Amino acid sequence: MFVSNDVSTTGTMQERHIVQPRDAQHPIVLSTEELHVFYGKKEAIYEGDLQFARNQITALIGPSGSGKSTYLRSLNRMNDRIATVTGRIMYRGVDINQPDIDVYEMRRRVGMVFQRPNPFAKSIYDNIAFALRLRGTTDKHELDEIVETSLKQAALWNQVKDDLNKSALALSGGQAQRLCIARAIAVKPDILLLDEPASALDPVSTSQLEDTLLELKKQYTIIIVTHNMQQAGRISEYTAFFNQGRVLEYDTTSHIFTNPQVQITSDYVSGNFG
Amino acid sequence: MKTTQQLEKQLKRHSKAAKLEIWGKVVSFSALLLIVAVVVGIIGFVASKGIATFTSNHVNLWDFLTEKKWNPGITDANGKPEVGALPMIVGSFLITILSAIVATPFAIGTAVFMNEISPNKGAKILQPVTELLVGIPSVVYGFIGLSVVVPATRAIFGGSGFGVLSGTCVLFVMILPTVTSMSVDALRSVPRYYREASLALGATQWQTIYKVVLRAATPGLMTAVVFGMARAFGEALAVQMVIGNAALMPGSLVDPAATLTSVLTTGIGNTVMGSLQNNALWSLALVLLLMSLVFNLIIRLIGRKGRLQ
Amino acid sequence: MNSKTQNKIAIGTLYGVAGLVVLILLALLGYILVSGLPQLSWHFLTAPAKAFLKGGGVGVQLYNSFYLLILAMLISFPIALGAAIYLYEYARDNWVTTTIRTAIEILSSLPSVVVGLFGFLFFVVKLRLGFSILSGAFALTFFNLPLLTRSIEDSLRTIDLSQREGGLALGLSRWETITRVILPAAVPSILTGVILSAGRVFGEAAALIYTAGQSAPALDFTDWNPFNISSPLNPMRPAETLAVHIWKINSEGIMPDAKAISSGSSAVLVLAILIFNFAARYLGKRLYKRLTSA
Repeated sequence: MFVSNDVSTTGTMQERHIVQPRDAQHPIVLSTEELHVFYGKKEAIYEGDLQFARNQITALIGPSGSGKSTYLRSLNRMNDRIATVTGRIMYRGVDINQPDIDVYEMRRRVGMVFQRPNPFAKSIYDNIAFALRLRGTTDKHELDEIVETSLKQAALWNQVKDDLNKSALALSGGQAQRLCIARAIAVKPDILLLDEPASALDPVSTSQLEDTLLELKKQYTIIIVTHNMQQAGRISEYTAFFNQGRVLEYDTTSHIFTNPQVQITSDYVSGNFG
Repeated sequence: MKTTQQLEKQLKRHSKAAKLEIWGKVVSFSALLLIVAVVVGIIGFVASKGIATFTSNHVNLWDFLTEKKWNPGITDANGKPEVGALPMIVGSFLITILSAIVATPFAIGTAVFMNEISPNKGAKILQPVTELLVGIPSVVYGFIGLSVVVPATRAIFGGSGFGVLSGTCVLFVMILPTVTSMSVDALRSVPRYYREASLALGATQWQTIYKVVLRAATPGLMTAVVFGMARAFGEALAVQMVIGNAALMPGSLVDPAATLTSVLTTGIGNTVMGSLQNNALWSLALVLLLMSLVFNLIIRLIGRKGRLQ
Repeated sequence: MNSKTQNKIAIGTLYGVAGLVVLILLALLGYILVSGLPQLSWHFLTAPAKAFLKGGGVGVQLYNSFYLLILAMLISFPIALGAAIYLYEYARDNWVTTTIRTAIEILSSLPSVVVGLFGFLFFVVKLRLGFSILSGAFALTFFNLPLLTRSIEDSLRTIDLSQREGGLALGLSRWETITRVILPAAVPSILTGVILSAGRVFGEAAALIYTAGQSAPALDFTDWNPFNISSPLNPMRPAETLAVHIWKINSEGIMPDAKAISSGSSAVLVLAILIFNFAARYLGKRLYKRLTSA
């Protein structure tokens, strides 16, 4: 515990302030318990236990290198070959951080969209349909329908509906990122992880993307890493502040931005560092 | 709670993807193992045949490496077979070193020209030409040696025209494109700011090339030259066609001589498997194989040293 | 001598050296084409060779070269592809991987005559395949494997890591990601590598003289039953290729027009290499364009 010198924030500042979501309408679907992440011997995350509420958007913010992306990528075990992750990752009551969990089955429920749009070198249609085909959806009508709904949900349908057979590599950055979202939701995940999805996009595409996410949260639980604090403020219900491998503050977004309890969070959200 | 158990069951089911993953790993690793087996097989077979000369025919290893008479069918006055491989070993090293000595300045000079002095012309003319020539089959080099170099040597120096000189000429032209294109790669890997810093200090272009670029690229250039030498040492047909194939110590550069590869190419088909004559040839093949391992090692050492710097 | 004069002299010398090298290389190419192209005719490319008489062709040898090339590629491509996939996509950075890489490097640096001799020992003698297309194809496979593996690995390297993550995040296994996402995207570059290595295989002779043999029995191009001895498809017959032919007629010297035949054959080899080179570039670019645009 230490005392703030900053007169603009009132009261005693804390070293760490964690309030997990408690909302009967939005129960917890994913949480981490005693999660530690190591790169070799170096510990990248050592205090990062969070709980995520269903059909809500949770933002992970913090300076670069704070561990927020590492944390996110651990959630669907994308770090498996790169890092050692210990502790429990509870998904609807099942610890998915066990060796006997089928990661492929799990990742269909916990999908991910990356920082840089990464459409495959295939047609727009096949980008979405091919993973479904691999899992046995071969009916043309069914595929057409899923492609259409996914693209509509990602707010891309109107722009590409006549060019479904064109290469996805010809799309603009914003469109490509929407395609990646459509691709991720086509397999009907439960949770959607987004790793700075707007960092490579222009402001217009970014704001369209945010609208899309607000729409998507009706169906999906969304966890988004961003270093754009305004973005976190605009779209998320909950915000976690990461610093040097720890979650320093976790609370509702409005609390974090209007009444931070930790000095560093306060500095960060007011733009004094990071 | 029941749903949790169901979910756990679903998540722990071995999915099709997991099965495919194992299958993929097994298949691709088998392919890799096959290649390793080939390497082990080649080395093992050639080595076991190669040492038979010493183990079952009781030829002295030292005599093999230092004696000058190669006549495996004949026994000398002491009843020992004449299996002195020195002429071939000398022949192989001679043409390798000579061709490398001639080719190195040309190759590096050309590479410097292509990369430092006239990158435009380099990219337009020299690059495609060298790349194409790297791919020209060695028999074609041998044939040209036979129809151009050998007559020319004969006209200038007399004799048959076959010999170390002709072999060197053919190998020089043959390794030139390889060494050049590898040298270009070495020069290209020198960061641009090295040159800019040197020129900014008032050094002339030549001083920059000589003192900065070439020095920084030395490990890469050495690798290029050793690579060329390895190719020259192992080249069989092009050399065999122009060297004269006389298993004698070369008295001069225009006398017919022989190399390990040339004796192997001409001899293997004319000897009976398991005979001393045949085993002795396999011993030559073993020497060839060991030398290629040595070249490999040298390239590695240069690479390691280059990294340490 | 001041540094400016020195600079001028040095640069001038470099111009001279480069000029000389261009001259040598162009003279070489020029010689092959000028002496060889006039020999080329439909008859030369299709007629069988004659041992003691003038006027033979290289039809059988040319056919053998292509047949061996195709067989060798059919055997080596899947192996090289698998090995490259394991090395680049699966292998962890440990001593096993390092050892395997070293082994592959050693294979690529072995003189082709040694590979040929091993082929002779193992396939021709031990497995009793005799001097045959099959023995030759295996020898060429060994010769080709390390370079093809490396070239495919380089192709895999050009595909961005994000493509792999994209596949994995959809719940695909690595293997599915590789075969469905990475390989299709790498096809243009893999194809370029395959064609370039085909050029090397096409001109190889030292690995073949004691495996595929040095004789080219006449073929009956109407008989496509692979079990008949004169069938072009028979993999057990000896098969002298174009490159071996050049070597053979020049070392034996019993053919009266050996020089003309060699010139023509050399030109054919060089033209084939040229075509392979251009095809590799053209097809690679074409495919890449198709993949990335509409």
